[in-house]
Parts: sequence; C-alpha cells; structure tokens
Amino acid sequence: MCLAVPGRLVDVEGSEAVVDLDGIRRRVSIMLLAEPPEVGDWVIVHVGFAISLLDPAEAEATLDLLRTAADLTDRGG
Amino acid sequence: MRYVDEFRDRDLCTDRLDAIRSVGAELGRHVKIMEICGGHTHTIYRNGLPGLLPDNIEFVHGPGCPVCVVPMGRIDDVRHLVENDGVVLCTFGDVVRVPGRNGSLLEAKAKGADVRIVYSPMDALDIARREADRVVVFLALGFETTTPPTAATILRARAEGVANFAVHCNHVLVNPAILAILEAPGQSIDAFVGPGHVSAIIGTGTYEYVPREWGKPFVVSGFEPLDLLQALEMILVQLREGRAEIENQYSRVVTPGGNSHAQALVDEVFEVRPHFEWRGLGSIASSALAVRPEFSDWDAEVRFDLPGVRLEDARACQCGEILKGALKPWQCKVFGTGCTPEHPIGSCMVSAEGACAAYYSYGSQGLRSDGTVAS
Ligand code: SF4
Repeated sequence: MCLAVPGRLVDVEGSEAVVDLDGIRRRVSIMLLAEPPEVGDWVIVHVGFAISLLDPAEAEATLDLLRTAADLTDRGG
Repeated sequence: MRYVDEFRDRDLCTDRLDAIRSVGAELGRHVKIMEICGGHTHTIYRNGLPGLLPDNIEFVHGPGCPVCVVPMGRIDDVRHLVENDGVVLCTFGDVVRVPGRNGSLLEAKAKGADVRIVYSPMDALDIARREADRVVVFLALGFETTTPPTAATILRARAEGVANFAVHCNHVLVNPAILAILEAPGQSIDAFVGPGHVSAIIGTGTYEYVPREWGKPFVVSGFEPLDLLQALEMILVQLREGRAEIENQYSRVVTPGGNSHAQALVDEVFEVRPHFEWRGLGSIASSALAVRPEFSDWDAEVRFDLPGVRLEDARACQCGEILKGALKPWQCKVFGTGCTPEHPIGSCMVSAEGACAAYYSYGSQGLRSDGTVAS
C-alpha cells in the first residue's frame, strides 16, 4: 500500500500534472510539492499524488559510487 | 524503467553481496537488522535476500506495514457505518481484506454493502462530487507517506464545499512505533533500515534519537534490491567501525528536512491523538493522528455515532510478535495452514507488505544459493 514509484512529468496544469509511469500516463495532484514542478521533472508518485521530487544528479552519484567502488567497505575504514 | 532498473543491476548487486559477506565475516558475530518499512520486507523476500546473506546477518521485520497495524475494532467501526448508515465506503485495495470480528469489508461488500476500492483519496472525493445524494466515507490509513494525500484531499473538500464527504482517520506515526520497539523488554536489534518514502516526507533528522540515545545505526534506504544491499553494507560498516549514525542511502528522494510543504498541510488538518490502539502492538501514546476540530465536518468519527469497538486480536494470531520482530512468520502455528493470503487470520497475511504474506508468496525463493538476485 505504501508503494510509490518514480515517474516523469509530461504536462503540468495548475495543481495537477500528467505523469508518465513507465509508459502509462496518469493524472496526479502536485499539491504536496512546495514549488510547482516543470515538465520533464522526475517525481515519486504515491496514491495519486507526487509526494516528492527525484533528483537525477543524486541518483547518478549513488550509481557512480556503486559502479566504481566494487568494495565500499574500504572507504575510510 | 528509469531509476528502477538501474537499481536492480545484477552485477552491481553481486558486488554488494560480496562486500557484505566480507564485512559480515570481519564482524564475526550475529547481527540483527530491523527493516521498519513493509515495502522493504517485500523487497527482501521477493528478491530472496535472506538466502543470499551470510548466516550471521539476519533481517527482522518491523511494524511498518500500514494495513497490518489497523486494529480489528476500527474495521468493525467502518463496517458498522457502511451497513447501518448507508454510506459509500471507499478505501485502498488490500484494506478490504483485513479481518474484522465479523469478517472483512470485502465480505460485507459481498453481502451488499457499498464498499468501493479506490487508488487515491481524491478518487473518493470524486465519487462524493458525482453522487451528491450519498455520503462518501474514505477509510484513511497509512504512515507519514500516505497522510499528506489525505490532508490535501480534506483541504480540497473544504475549498470546494463538498459536504457529503468524510474521512475515517487511522493515520499512524512511525517514530512512536520505533520507540515502542526499542523499549520492548528483551529487544536485541543492532541497527535499523529506515523507511524511504516516509522519510521523503518527514526527513532523516527525526530519527536522531536512535543513534544518539540507543547507540544504533540507522540507514534510510530506497526500495530496489541494490538500494537495500547498499544500505545493509552501510550499516555493517558502521557496526564494524563502532559508529552509530544516521545515513541516507536514498538521497535521490530523501533530504534531511523532508517535504516541509507536505508537513505543513498535515499539521493544518491533523492533530496527534493521545493514544491509539495498534493491532499486535497494543496502545501506544501519541502514535496516531486525528482530524482537527476545525475540520470536523469532514471527520467521520465526529459526524457519525461509531460503536468505538475495542477487541482483542485473534488468539491464534501472532502478528504482534511478528510486528515487533520477535517471531518469524513460519514460527506461527497457523502459518500456511489455518492462515493464508486467501483466508487470512491476521493482518500480516493480508497486504503484500506484511511479513507473513511476503514470506508465504516468496519465502521459498529465499533459499536460492546461486548467488544471483532476482529482479
Ligand atoms: S501467519 Fe497469520 S495468524 Fe500467524 S502471525 Fe501471520 S498473519 Fe497472524
């Protein structure tokens, strides 16, 4: 029930937006975001609401760390 | 799928498992790690993680399955509403299967009660707009992730003056539950995997007391296998180094302060209840929310005379021990025999996030030993 999934905004209109969830388009409320998001932004969708933005730069940073550090455990250990 | 598939990469998962095995071996003692969130429980079983981890690393499942913790009496209250007051009762799909004293809401529906499954609280408000001659009650439940959508829906109902809509509020707070677990006698948890989407709302700062006062590492994690493996490794490294800190593996979504706009909306609409009865865990002080008096027109508990049923959990059911991490699903006597997802006795068997249901569906995969992680 707590399921929340990433999606990309393809249209923003007032307090609502259309989000592309892996090919499925769904209307969601953006009332919970502090700033109105822009088309192209990534959001986390939960029960019909965008509950937060997803930061692509942070996602890349996490993946880079995982790709380069075969063994994170050496980090300052 | 973007930002999902990358975090299921088999090679990267294998790297992390290797790292976990090596730090696990260095630790050289048994380590119990509680994942608080039911979404994590689901990921752990679906990907067979227990069978892939070194023997000395054990996941214990926490209380964070929202459907699992709604007490039977609250289900009976809304069943009373739909059967006696002629309301349209809307709620999420898995909630309708939670057993009440006289059966689930799905069984009430089969007998003709107007119970409807919705995807969003906004869908329930839509039904109220369309069916102006009916009163529509939304059975709201969930942790901090799901509360802001309910708050936004009540605010919308007020803004539009939708008078035939009300919420039966069962929203709960994660920190009082964590504290109840920490304070339970005989508790032997070494560290926590913190919830991802709850933290997207409330931020990582709210868990400071866990490392500070209890000396236990707390790592907030995303929901894909690679996320969980990385979080687990971060925990093991903390334990090896004798550190206890909050760390954030899920930085692509979670920030230290969380979503303050959503927090403000929740605060506007809801207040903390003095007590709330959790299924399996009993009464916990200041652990749940109620609709503020200013919004009582949209509060089903104020608008209707509810029986306020308080019931003991089913005797055979050991959900309480499961939710505290004291027992594993297969240690319950009726697991898989008297209690199955088709005929649940306890609520841990209902939702995909419940430990019993997750283990029932995927448990056998946990024994996989070829070193790969399913995606
Ligand atoms: S198997 Fe069923 S009865 Fe036993 S603890 Fe799990 S949900 Fe409760």
